Amino acid sequence: MPELVSVPTPTKIQPITKINNFVVKFANVNGSGSASANNMFAKSVFRMGIPMSPHNIFPSNIQGLPTWYEVRISEDGYLGRRDNVDLMIAMNEQTIEEDINTVVPGGYVLYDSSKALANRLIREDVNYLPIPLKDICLREFPNPTQRQLFKNIVYVGALAAFLNIDFKILTAMVSDQFRGKEKLILPNIHALELGHQYASDNFKCPLRLRLKRSNKNKGKILMDGNTAVGLGCVYGGATIASWYPITPSTSVVDSFGKYCKRLRIDPGTGKKKYSIIQAEDELAAIGIAIGAGWNGARAFTATSGPGVSLMQEFLGLAYFSEVPVVLFNIQRVGPSTGMPTRTQQGDLLSCAYASHGDTKHILLFPATPKECFEYAADSFDIADRLQTPVIVMSDLELGMNEQICDQLVWDDKRAYDRGKVLTSDQLEEIEDYGRYQDVDADGIPYRTYPGTNANKGSYFTRGSSHDANAAYTEDGNVYAEVMDRLARKFKTALTYLPEPEISDMKKEKLGIVFIGSTNIVIQEVLDDLGKKDLSLDTMCIKAFPFHKSVKTFIDNHDLVYVIDQNRDAQLKSLLKLESNINEEKMLSIKNYNGVLITAEAIKQAILDSMPNLLKTSEASA
Amino acid sequence: MSYINKPKFKHPQLKTNEIGLTRRDYEGTLTTLCAGCGHDSISAAIIQAAADMALEPHRVAKISGIGCSSKIPSYFLSKSHGFNSVHGRMPSVATGANIANKDLDYVGISGDGDSASIGLGQFCHIVRRRINMLYIVANNGTYGLTKGQLSATADLGSKTKSGEESLYDNIDMATLAIELGASFVARSFSGDKQQLIPLIQAGLKHKGFAFIDIVSPCVTFNNTDFSTHGYKNTWENYIALSEVDFVPMREEITTSYSAGKAKEITLHDGSVIHLQKTSNNYDPYDKENALHHINKYKKQGQIATGLLYINQSTSDLHELQDTVDKPFNTLGNHDLCPGNEVLTDINETFR
Repeated sequence: MPELVSVPTPTKIQPITKINNFVVKFANVNGSGSASANNMFAKSVFRMGIPMSPHNIFPSNIQGLPTWYEVRISEDGYLGRRDNVDLMIAMNEQTIEEDINTVVPGGYVLYDSSKALANRLIREDVNYLPIPLKDICLREFPNPTQRQLFKNIVYVGALAAFLNIDFKILTAMVSDQFRGKEKLILPNIHALELGHQYASDNFKCPLRLRLKRSNKNKGKILMDGNTAVGLGCVYGGATIASWYPITPSTSVVDSFGKYCKRLRIDPGTGKKKYSIIQAEDELAAIGIAIGAGWNGARAFTATSGPGVSLMQEFLGLAYFSEVPVVLFNIQRVGPSTGMPTRTQQGDLLSCAYASHGDTKHILLFPATPKECFEYAADSFDIADRLQTPVIVMSDLELGMNEQICDQLVWDDKRAYDRGKVLTSDQLEEIEDYGRYQDVDADGIPYRTYPGTNANKGSYFTRGSSHDANAAYTEDGNVYAEVMDRLARKFKTALTYLPEPEISDMKKEKLGIVFIGSTNIVIQEVLDDLGKKDLSLDTMCIKAFPFHKSVKTFIDNHDLVYVIDQNRDAQLKSLLKLESNINEEKMLSIKNYNGVLITAEAIKQAILDSMPNLLKTSEASA
Repeated sequence: MSYINKPKFKHPQLKTNEIGLTRRDYEGTLTTLCAGCGHDSISAAIIQAAADMALEPHRVAKISGIGCSSKIPSYFLSKSHGFNSVHGRMPSVATGANIANKDLDYVGISGDGDSASIGLGQFCHIVRRRINMLYIVANNGTYGLTKGQLSATADLGSKTKSGEESLYDNIDMATLAIELGASFVARSFSGDKQQLIPLIQAGLKHKGFAFIDIVSPCVTFNNTDFSTHGYKNTWENYIALSEVDFVPMREEITTSYSAGKAKEITLHDGSVIHLQKTSNNYDPYDKENALHHINKYKKQGQIATGLLYINQSTSDLHELQDTVDKPFNTLGNHDLCPGNEVLTDINETFR
């Protein structure tokens, strides 16, 4: 029998004092109903006007395995992950030892004291917040399911007392959450009160670790990237989503479906202006989207790395036969099944050159939920304009975690760009229509939808080599002409793709280059290094092919750090291959452990590279 | 013949149909298949079927996979858009196309390799989804374009030209389609135009998923006396469960049919299928009965053909999903974009 103690002795070191700048981590068992309670906590911090970001670290499992929810709270707006935990909500017996050990000295551990804590779990340098969650719920709730679920709500109530969360914010949130299920509102509020009451009666509340209302979230929303993508598809005019379920992309189609149900029902007839097909596999998913794109409807599929692997052949067909289609790749850790519920930017190369033969694809790299919305909508214009697949590269970090971003805006004057599509009347004016003729010398030919004109404009779409009039050919020169035109089209693509976001050029010697989800940690890196009198320019790349400004930025710096969330420095490789950048100008900073790279890791990597780089300047100083 | 361009000359006295087109207006490019290939007879039957029923060629979309069969769409209806897609994946492309525009007629052409092997999964699922189209499998029991390997529809014991014998049970596409819920299932033979043409016409007009499995001999690789998909075996063991006649919606019925033995099936658009000399006890509305007949003849080494099964009471995908009447590809900004005011409200739900 392990030795048990009921209440840990008070800590021998001073509890930490932090206001609006700390990390709360929830260690739970998945399937225990903790997600919505933890989310309620995070959102209440957001509603207090304090910048914060939640991160889900969850297993590929439905019930019984460890899951964590980290909330970084930062008045300064640093919203990347940070490794040190200030307050641990230790609700999982499987991981409790490890969880307690990650708490900083002087930090806090909240645990369910219905069962005594084993001696080995007692650290002398942390503060324990024992709350008999199970006993409280057993006493207060007759229903066994409620007993289990409300444990989570009770600790949120306790946190409100400990951290000084406005209780009204929590009760308002419960009312919002259960609108339409009014029966659930009262017991939830009761559970919150139980926790709040217990904490207030038994501890000195609030703690030295606490929250204070702020005003930093004005004009901001809290949204995850996948929800934003689904909504962007509605706004971008997509009518067809064909997909195969795969983590972490599933919530893209969930979101599309949710908003379509609300916004895409014909008011007169009640009929649907959208169709969602859950396909038998990813091959069919993209095949359906391509068939729809060929026939003039806006269609997309959403998937992750394994799905992209299955879509390769179809992507080559769409590239070569010039059919618009949009693919959202919410990247996760590969290869193979990899770590399905962890994040990575590991599909850059497999997407840029997806399929066999000479293929190249348009990639977009949204960096915030707002850009997920915007790029999703834009991707349909770009695909139609360029008549080619567009792959929007998000990842689990950006897709499945809520992030604070600017509110969404739509320009009502904006009209969809359907690209070069000929109407029946236009066809009548044209003497010699050919599907793949480069009439405008921009590499983009004119297309027609099936059924347009009785006598003109029909053609045969095929993945076999074809001439400018879409006729089958095995003439190598004709084939090469088509391939050269496709290469020209890829250059034209730059006109329609977003430019990189480059920080005010301070003409620094050093720069940082990154894409996508890495964006969230960059400001913290810059500020931390600024404190050490080290200043860097930054460039967030938004699209592939790369704009000229990408190369110019790198050329204008002595050295750039290229941040890759993958093992093989895929962004750096792509820069070297496609923009003819001298490899010696680029230094890789990589992370591929399945969680978002931290500001600390980037800062350290940059500082570690300094001795060599600054040798000359130090010598002169 | 395939190296020359097809002459565009039209005889001035060629008969025109009721939309003023001649049979030549329904042709495609010159075939590049082997002389005597069953698939060319299928192209010819489609041309005749479409011309006779006065289809508007440009309102038809032709979609295929890969293989000899999938070349067929080039050889008919050159005024239609065609899409020669990826091996085994025609069903998904056809599904997407159909969802994008419900107002066109869709003809999918596939082969036994394309639909019974690499694309078997997609075949099953397009049947389940009840796409409103005509799906034809040009079934020759062999992989022609890669020179004569056995396919999954080759019957147990059937032999190819090289003497390779099929060691495995075959996949029967027609019974499979019936089992999976296809609402129009027929089998025919590329050599029997009289049966094939009305079946194609009826399949085109049937609302829902219409499937025709067409035995179409490969003269080069699978036309031996030991092949169940060759001309000899097919002619010898071919049983028509009924004679099929198709009367388009607009035409007056002139032929008289003897009562009792004839079955009359009126399609959604008013066209009528007449089944004549139906063999005893055969009821094309009865799924179990249809399967029983097909299997009974199969046991005797015979191929049951004709309209095997029809069910006119099922809905197609658009009805199942309750989509708007206007084709999706005609919907624009106004129909699809909710605008900034709505977005402002949506923002509020994320605070």
